[in-house]
Amino acid sequence: MWDIIVNATPQLVVAGLKYTIPISIVSFLLGLILALITALVRLSTKKGPFRILKAIFRFYVWLFRSTPLLVQLFIVYFGLPYLKIAGIAPDGIKLTPLVAGIITFSLNTGAYCSETIRASILSIPKGQWEAAYSMGMTRSKALSRIILPQAVRVSLPPLANSFIGLVKDTSLAASITIVEMFEVSQQIAAENYQPLIMYCLVAALYAVACSLLSWLQGYLEKVTSRYVTNAD
Amino acid sequence: MLKLEKLNKSFGEHRALVDITTTFPEHQTTVILGPSGSGKSTLLRSLNLLERPESGKYFFDDDVFDFAEGISVKDTLNIRKQTEMVFQGYNLFPHLTVLKNIMEGPVQVLHRPKADVEKEAHALLAKVGLADKADVYPNQLSGGQAQRVAIARSLAMQPKYILLDEPTSALDPELELEVLKVLKQISTEKRSMIIVTHNMAFAREVADKIIFVEDGHILFDGPNERFFKTDNKRIADFISAMTFANI
Ligand SMILES: Nc1ncnc2c1ncn2[C@@H]1O[C@H](COP(=O)(O)OP(=O)(O)OP(=O)(O)O)[C@@H](O)[C@H]1O
Ligand SMILES: [Mg+2]
Repeated sequence: MWDIIVNATPQLVVAGLKYTIPISIVSFLLGLILALITALVRLSTKKGPFRILKAIFRFYVWLFRSTPLLVQLFIVYFGLPYLKIAGIAPDGIKLTPLVAGIITFSLNTGAYCSETIRASILSIPKGQWEAAYSMGMTRSKALSRIILPQAVRVSLPPLANSFIGLVKDTSLAASITIVEMFEVSQQIAAENYQPLIMYCLVAALYAVACSLLSWLQGYLEKVTSRYVTNAD
Repeated sequence: MLKLEKLNKSFGEHRALVDITTTFPEHQTTVILGPSGSGKSTLLRSLNLLERPESGKYFFDDDVFDFAEGISVKDTLNIRKQTEMVFQGYNLFPHLTVLKNIMEGPVQVLHRPKADVEKEAHALLAKVGLADKADVYPNQLSGGQAQRVAIARSLAMQPKYILLDEPTSALDPELELEVLKVLKQISTEKRSMIIVTHNMAFAREVADKIIFVEDGHILFDGPNERFFKTDNKRIADFISAMTFANI
């Protein structure tokens, strides 16, 4: 058994370093940007045509939260090539597996995280807005200087949860032919007929990665909570 | 000079302020009194445009604004820079140290040089008796200390008017006294202050002018001495009720 583990681990780790981790990080960062934009648009007090934009973002969040991630991956990778748009994409939208994966993961994470960020902004007491406004701050200044820094602290644990979830969900990328960690474990298991060992091994590697993230989360929570003495 | 003319503000069906016309003289302390729910906070918050009355005119020095027409964002920001609010619940920024709380407005809104602002902030902290608290976070302060920081924060903006909404009603008497002393000091410096309070002794002590509000109407508007000698039955009852409550 040790032989199997010793032989397979490097291959899995390479796949993890090459795909699982980069896909997770890139998708999460893109997702966070998208989430922030989505949350801010949805919380905006602007009226008029802006309402259409709000509706679009609301639809986006609904869509990605109400359908399975695996199905989303299939639509983007296997489905979009059949979406032929005259002028723009007459031969359908063909994406490489990696691009399709990152786009889908980003959109999915963005939808979930936007709800986290929106809720964390809403959780900041009204008095903070009023104190900021009272000194003549604009809405965007109040947001960036007063509200968001406090919202970051509130949203950190749920955002970390989303990130950890995403790391595990990247295993679904195997289904659109990306040779990430789980896919490699499947390939090795098919050769050595040791599915139990291989899948337990890959599970352990995911657990290691996620534990590291939990530890990072704890550290960030400590840093961002330094102004709360009796922190929970 | 701050002046209101025929100001009206409703919350749904409820008319919180009805045809309010009054002035808030410069370099004087105006105290707003009245029973709970009478519209005192709404009146004060309207001056800072945290509430938007439906109608009425707002005179600020040489400018006139009409609430019915709406006030532009630019004018709103301008008015707010010159009218600082001190809240009952302090509303200090918890993620900033005491010093940074005080510096935030002057640096971020007035775009003044950091070094100057920092020097002033230290001086203001000394003035409110908290020179040693510059680097602590607000949640390490007692209520009385927090409110004094909030007062220093409002002074740092060098506003024309300071608006205080029941600044001491969340404090127990001992802490209240700390804050009232600071306010008394500021009022003797001839700053323009408008204070909502339930503390009659304090009102009597600091007010140049008193406005008594009930059910959204102004029942009394005049100098301090006259208020406490009024023959208006309703006001006399209010005064005696409040002073008994204070014993
Ligand atoms: N945001 C709001 N929505 C609905 N009604 C409101 C709102 N703010 C105030 N009111 C109502 O308007 C009236 C005046 O309220 P306001 O807060 O100005 O009273 P107040 O004199 O400050 O009372 P207190 O001494 O209790 O602070 C009250 O009847 C109150 O219920
Ligand atoms: Mg009030």
